[in-house]
Amino acid sequence: MNDTVTKAGGPDSAPQSIPPAIELRGISKAFGPVQANRNIDLTVQKGTIHGIIGENGAGKSTLMSILYGFYKPDSGEILIDGKPIQITDSMTAIRAGIGMVFQHFKLVRNFTVLENIILGAEDGPLLRPSLARARKRLRELAEEYELQVDPDEAIEELSVGHQQRVEILKALYRQADILILDEPTGVLTPAEADHLFRILNGLRDEGKTIILITHKLREIMEITDNVSVMRRGEMVASVRTAETTPEELAELMVGRKVLLEVDKTPAQPGKPILEVRDLRMIDIDKVERLRGISFDIRAGEIVGIAGVSGNGQTQLLEILGGFPEKGAKISGEVMMNGQPLALNGRGSDAAERRERGIGHVPEDRQDEGLIMDFPAWENVSFGYHNAPEYSNGIFMDCAAIRADAEGKFQRFDVRPPNPELAARNFSGGNQQKIVVAREVERNPDLLLIGQPTRGVDIGAIEFIHKRIVELRDAGKAVLLVSVELDEIMSLSDRVLVMFDGMIMGERDPETTTAGELGLLMAGVTDRDASGRDGITPAHRHPADHPDEPTAKPEGQA
Amino acid sequence: MDKMPKWVDVILTPVISLLLAAAISALVILAIGESPWEALKTMVTGALGSSYGWGFTLYYTTNFIFTGLAVAVAYHAALFNIGGEGQAGLGGLGVALVCLFIPWPHWTLALLGAMLGAAAFGAAWAYIPAILQAKRGSHIVITTIMFNFIAAALLNWALVRWLRPVGSMDPASANFPPSTHLPKISDIFARFGIEWGTHTPANVTFLIALLACVAVWLLIWRTRLGYEIRAFGKSETAARYAGISPVRITVITMLISGGLAGLMAINNVMGEAERLVLNSVEGAGFIGIAVALMGRNHPVGVLLAALLFGFLYQGGGELALWTSIPRELIIVIQALVILFTGALDNMVRMPLERFFTARRLRNRA
Repeated sequence: MNDTVTKAGGPDSAPQSIPPAIELRGISKAFGPVQANRNIDLTVQKGTIHGIIGENGAGKSTLMSILYGFYKPDSGEILIDGKPIQITDSMTAIRAGIGMVFQHFKLVRNFTVLENIILGAEDGPLLRPSLARARKRLRELAEEYELQVDPDEAIEELSVGHQQRVEILKALYRQADILILDEPTGVLTPAEADHLFRILNGLRDEGKTIILITHKLREIMEITDNVSVMRRGEMVASVRTAETTPEELAELMVGRKVLLEVDKTPAQPGKPILEVRDLRMIDIDKVERLRGISFDIRAGEIVGIAGVSGNGQTQLLEILGGFPEKGAKISGEVMMNGQPLALNGRGSDAAERRERGIGHVPEDRQDEGLIMDFPAWENVSFGYHNAPEYSNGIFMDCAAIRADAEGKFQRFDVRPPNPELAARNFSGGNQQKIVVAREVERNPDLLLIGQPTRGVDIGAIEFIHKRIVELRDAGKAVLLVSVELDEIMSLSDRVLVMFDGMIMGERDPETTTAGELGLLMAGVTDRDASGRDGITPAHRHPADHPDEPTAKPEGQA
Repeated sequence: MDKMPKWVDVILTPVISLLLAAAISALVILAIGESPWEALKTMVTGALGSSYGWGFTLYYTTNFIFTGLAVAVAYHAALFNIGGEGQAGLGGLGVALVCLFIPWPHWTLALLGAMLGAAAFGAAWAYIPAILQAKRGSHIVITTIMFNFIAAALLNWALVRWLRPVGSMDPASANFPPSTHLPKISDIFARFGIEWGTHTPANVTFLIALLACVAVWLLIWRTRLGYEIRAFGKSETAARYAGISPVRITVITMLISGGLAGLMAINNVMGEAERLVLNSVEGAGFIGIAVALMGRNHPVGVLLAALLFGFLYQGGGELALWTSIPRELIIVIQALVILFTGALDNMVRMPLERFFTARRLRNRA
């Protein structure tokens, strides 16, 4: 181990006169037999950005939940500004100056920004004085920290990036000095993430302390002052960011050397497997979600679709997978292996799609890909439960499914290797391995795969990427949708960029840059604008500016 | 990981809830100036103390098994079928038509025919709310409860206008022919020379109810249809992802549920009354909701809960007969049981969970 790495605890650099903003000593927390946190020491200096990285299930979120009063530690103590404190609930945490921005925002969607800000912090039974005060304070905060949001806009009208700003404002309005952000960039475009980082830097310069939980090494390197690494419930290292490398951090996280790049040979594309022509979809609210999409996927290639979430990728996957939103109007033409696919009515359901050789790893494995309460073995046959090898007359062939599950668990290294356990008891990465094992091992001609590594730890990402490439090398077609640009660029053989229900353009991942893709993702097809750092200052989500002229795909006037 | 041992979850928790309900019932009985101990003794002796008592208890139990299973099956598809009352009533109409208008040579054939009639009518009555929910999105809770009223009115009309024998003042059908009379449990025992439950309404339908429990268990946990029902019940999006049609599952589940509720009519209409009377279901459809709730929608749980409610029904009748405790009190006791075992389940469960988690941690340390 490198000697810049101190075993547990933080780098002791700050003068002794200023107590650290947060000090955790010997925090332990167990859930039943699972030791989520084991004897954790952590020191976060005032006015710094402190990153906490670790694989899924390493105990980062548990630790932060303890700090925010959601869980009571089994042992250990917490010091805020050098003073010991008992954090029994989130109100205590808020009073102690701790604010938290969750991965899944805790906002009331049909309330305005202002109403959300004062929610739980109203001064009295009447709302007007609170609202007036909040409006004034919000203006000050906005000016101070580059946190502009329209206070009277309803949350559901805002882009994800703006919703996150509201969460930050909420914490600041409650006078938070310590801000904890849990995977804040998971839902943001690169430009939105850059903006967030500018805000965080500004906050740090004002003396706020920020804890950033993430599994993205690039972000850690870019913005943090110090970084602590967690693995299997333990704090394995705390280092100064400037003195470490991504490779070293990845190794600390996983406990072994990790391949950060996908190892693959050039694609050998064959005949077209999927041909999509002028696919359109209007949802039940009469919003056009897909606006004439056309593309091909050939055998033996991975086509990646890049884009900020909410630009039609989900609808595209759902239509191809056979379960579009209810009440959607779909038109266009889709050919699978040269035969048309029904888009509406009879024969357009997911069972039929599977018959036609389309496998699907859905974007949302917890709500779509798995039944969380079912034991893992029942999930192994999910979607294929009527296949002859899993059935026995009208009955399920439980023994056959169990045997298959055990084989899959072994081949995909699912841990714990116990198919009787309910799906919800597996970590995100292992849940995803169950879904990937199920879909990939059916050997589909076309695999639809959405957000394959969302919330999945580095070790499992590597594994899942390898399986996808193997499927491609076996001459199958893969449609990959991901909001992770790194993933799209390293895995795809061709990249299509989606924006506002259209395909803005196609790029070769070997020659394009993140900046160029970022522009297309923002709907900018004007080549001149891509000259600078690749990100326009006016990069915004379409939902924020419905009045602006609609973006046009490349090659259209 | 499970928070506590399984036996605590399925046995200790409901038992403690029951004891709490009993304790409060005792207080209520004390408050009206009666002895809770005497009341309990009357109920136990009356319902379980003799084969006569058992005969009635099992008769009620049989009703509650069917309506409880009906609610439980629908629940697995996340459908809350509270129309058991109407479906069971329509099932009675089916039984009456089959028994009155088809000449049956033997009760076994009549039983099969009546089962088909009962299930078909009950299922048909559940089909309309099911299709309304599946195709039009009308909430099944609303439609099934409204269909209870429509069923009551329809039965009233059918009995008064149509099934009532000419000249009769009673809004009831004619008596079923003797070839459709089902053997009582007492008859079966009598064959072996044992006198058991003579003059009680318990009949062979009880055995069919037990078979129904097994069938429902197989359906839910062993068949591919049951798998689809459970998957749909857990997540409609996931079901659609897996190619499971929400419309199909909603309709099929409700047909099964309504059929089960309808089958209850074999017990009360064919087995006991041997004719169709007004309000033949007598609230058993609603008790079924409590039974399913308490039995955690598992056939074994439903069977045990149905027994408990059968006991309460029969014991309550005895209470009214032998003490000055009003019959209405039994409704209070039933309500308390439902309150504690269903609605306040977590009140008992949470402290138990904490206790067992703490104990396990201590053991490991």
